[in-house]
Amino acid sequence: MSEDMEEGGTVKKFMYMNRKAPYGTIYALEALEVVLIGAAFDQDVSLAFIDDGVFQLTKDQNTDDIGIKNFSPAFRALGDYDVTKLYVEKESLAERGLTQDDLMDLVWEDEDDDWAEKPSIIMVSRDEMKKVLGDQDVIMSF
Amino acid sequence: MSILHTVNKSPFQKNDFSSCLSHANAGDAVLLIEDGVYGAVSGTEAAKQISSAEASVYVLGGDLAARGIASDKIADGITVVGYDGFVDLAAEHQAVNSWL
Repeated sequence: MSEDMEEGGTVKKFMYMNRKAPYGTIYALEALEVVLIGAAFDQDVSLAFIDDGVFQLTKDQNTDDIGIKNFSPAFRALGDYDVTKLYVEKESLAERGLTQDDLMDLVWEDEDDDWAEKPSIIMVSRDEMKKVLGDQDVIMSF
Repeated sequence: MSILHTVNKSPFQKNDFSSCLSHANAGDAVLLIEDGVYGAVSGTEAAKQISSAEASVYVLGGDLAARGIASDKIADGITVVGYDGFVDLAAEHQAVNSWL
């Protein structure tokens, strides 16, 4: 499969758009699964967190009492799969009484810069998010 | 890069349509399908937001008819299309974003 893609030589911009809170429905977990699977195909992948999707990134999630796996630590692994751009919409955070301080501190290691840790979360306004979405080749919405 | 956005949720139940309109760029199309077509009725808060949106808004006629929404109830600025129009919109834009 990867050989076929290399022959084509085309790298597309894939956006996974997240608009749902983590545990009320299965969408958020499924989106993350798809991102991890898709990461194997060496495409230009980014994630967007809009509306209730921003709740997926809050820190100190603890699901001990609800019998559902806490999948938030998996976001920390995305950097190892070259998924390093997590766009978070400022307005969506503010509407929900949150700031970036309420979110996990997600970083990736830049192998071209002596493995320096760099932030994965990119805070953008709604207008900036609109432009980011308009710049994609493929958008998958969850 | 232009996008065809589809919205299939009632605007009275979910904010998909509102959020979609505020994230759609000029040149994009927003197509209301299934329960999303309730957002095309004139006089609703959802329909009012259309006037300030950058994207063109369409609604699927079959889903309107199924729900008994007559064409004279559709807000100004919204174009009714059939399944053939749906296909045309998908072909005219480079990507489809189906809002869930």
